[in-house]
Amino acid sequence: MSASTTGFDELISREYQHGFVTDLEADALPSGLSEDVIRLISAKKNEPAFMLAWRLAAYRHWLTMTEPHWATVQHPPIDYQSIVYYSAPMAQKNRPNSLDEVDPELLRTYEKLGVPLRERELLAGVAVDAVFDSVSVATTFREKLAQLGIVFCSFSDAVQHHPELVRKYLGSVVPHTDNFFAALNSAVFSDGSFCYIPPGVRCPMELSTYFRINAQNTGQFERTLIIADKGAYVSYLEGCTAPMRDENQLHAAVVELIALEGAQIRYSTVQNWYPGDASGKGGIYNFVTKRGDCREANSKISWTQVETGSAITWKYPSVVLQGDNSIGEFYSVALTNHYQQADTGTKMVHLGRNTRSTILSKGISAGRGTNAYRGLVKVGRAAEGARNYTQCDSLLLGDRCSAHTFPYIEVKNPTAKVEHEASTSRIGEDQLFYCRQRGLSPEDAVSMIVNGFCKEVFKELPMEFAVEAQKLLGVSLEGSVG
Amino acid sequence: MLEISRLQVGVDGKKILRGIDLSVKAGEVHAIMGPNGSGKSTLAHALAGREDCVVTGGAVVYLGRDLLALAPEERAHEGLFLAFQYPVEIPGVSNVYLLKAALNAQRRHRGEPELDAMEFLQLVKDRMTLMRMDESLLYRAVNEGFSGGEKKRNEILQMAVLQPRLAILDETDSGLDIDALQIVAQGVNSLRSPDRAIVLITHYQRLLDYVVPDRVHVLANGWIVKSGSRELALELERQGYGWIEDGALQSVSAAGAEHP
Repeated sequence: MSASTTGFDELISREYQHGFVTDLEADALPSGLSEDVIRLISAKKNEPAFMLAWRLAAYRHWLTMTEPHWATVQHPPIDYQSIVYYSAPMAQKNRPNSLDEVDPELLRTYEKLGVPLRERELLAGVAVDAVFDSVSVATTFREKLAQLGIVFCSFSDAVQHHPELVRKYLGSVVPHTDNFFAALNSAVFSDGSFCYIPPGVRCPMELSTYFRINAQNTGQFERTLIIADKGAYVSYLEGCTAPMRDENQLHAAVVELIALEGAQIRYSTVQNWYPGDASGKGGIYNFVTKRGDCREANSKISWTQVETGSAITWKYPSVVLQGDNSIGEFYSVALTNHYQQADTGTKMVHLGRNTRSTILSKGISAGRGTNAYRGLVKVGRAAEGARNYTQCDSLLLGDRCSAHTFPYIEVKNPTAKVEHEASTSRIGEDQLFYCRQRGLSPEDAVSMIVNGFCKEVFKELPMEFAVEAQKLLGVSLEGSVG
Repeated sequence: MLEISRLQVGVDGKKILRGIDLSVKAGEVHAIMGPNGSGKSTLAHALAGREDCVVTGGAVVYLGRDLLALAPEERAHEGLFLAFQYPVEIPGVSNVYLLKAALNAQRRHRGEPELDAMEFLQLVKDRMTLMRMDESLLYRAVNEGFSGGEKKRNEILQMAVLQPRLAILDETDSGLDIDALQIVAQGVNSLRSPDRAIVLITHYQRLLDYVVPDRVHVLANGWIVKSGSRELALELERQGYGWIEDGALQSVSAAGAEHP
């Protein structure tokens, strides 16, 4: 066994046998937020001093900020003092002991999506030692990456083993002053992903959060940092199609991407957070700040997302195009059904010369869902030759849902070319009848037409994700016909 | 195969079909002609199961089953096919995708194995040659950007692939030039068989020169007012619908006493 493998095993043992389970269950952290809570979090994670200082600065700034309310989403007020800001990944209470104790509705969905049995246990939060199975898979995987010099580990690990990288890049794309939720996240973030690709290296496989242990339990205030050094390439997959339940309602993650000269980062998300029950209660609020920085010339960052879950989705994966000739892309399908609400879009900020951005947003509203696209295309004074193409399409299923579009275009350079196209459509009775007359059930017909609507976005997803995304759309549209 | 008795259908609260009687046997080709607004398309859509064609009376027995009790897709599974007068466009969905999904849905229903992409393409290519359609049409979105003639030929292509038991063609000949008409007729004729029935709805006699019907019916004011052999169609071509309508008015008032 190589040294890195042994080190990893040690780390796992430490996490699951020593520190976490015993200590944290013994010291159950009370709800509420204060400097003491933050010091406690940092101490439990054994963080170096700079990290604690960073957290405290963010917290102090957060105290001066007010919660924003400008999005077209409505929710009852969030009590920040009633949230528990640190919970053990393996807390034994409230965890089902086997799949028999899990909500049969959830199991039915796993079945429909074709989730392998092993994964169902992990996703449903069953308290299993099965985690060790995935350790062996993850270990071989990490060996391969280590040979190439690629760092891919949890954020907490990165703070321990690569503090200089973290220190250099953390907060350089989303500073804690950026917005209310980013500040909160910066103060109390639990864990997330860290990835560094050295110069000239093309990451040979899709990196997925599945390989990071405990993904599902650190979802509340997740912090992710991905750095592609000069000429590097990485494709990162976040999330999975099986519905994720979490007792914690508020998810305020921060994702920072940095692409240096000639580098490329593809970040794909297929997210299906629990949307709440049929009357909209108990769903997850997904308030996320995601931003990519094309820091140097000839770099490229692409965001591709398929969002079908959450009670409320509030996110604008964005790209700052600093480097000359840099490219930013945003491809999105957002589905809202039942009582879900989404206010999502992107910001493309053109600063360098000859920069290009492409925005393709597909919103589907069904049931009583509301979907808002909010996009900003900003061209700075010095941004010569900037190009943007935006297309946002809405599809309405039924007559009680809604779609809104808020495009913002700010151009300060006369050589810019900005194109915007938008369309709103319904699935017509005629189209449905045509498909039914050919032998398709109404559900299959709607699914087929919706998939056709989303095709341009799906083809930007890595293959396995694309197949899952299509299935997910089908499952999420259930109950939207008739 | 198809027995329609005293069928009454209303659309938007307006009575369109007032009591249709029609009997179609397997192997037969029937033509239904009539002036505009007589209810020809309504009959076709009511048989296919369109929701806004509300059946207010009468019955339809198809292959021994109560057709009106079945959902549109169920009727399709039983082999009923409607070639639309105005085929709708479905952006984002390719022709080949829809056709394969439709065929496999029907095969599933019949307990037959589904066709995979390769097998399906082979099947379709043969039919496309018959319909003189270019292969590239397959990959375009359903009817999107198709000319009128292409849309009609696409309907017949689908029919040729799905091989229905009862094919209802709603004014398939309208808007076609002579060449397209011949191709369509060829497609329809290739489907004639002892266990298949075809109902052609048309204004004009033209198509009937190529697809010779066994029976011709005239629909006017919501009734079938006259039935005959193909000679009837030729007579209509010569004399127009006027003489029928006058006769129809008489038979309507006479019939009014008999029909409920």
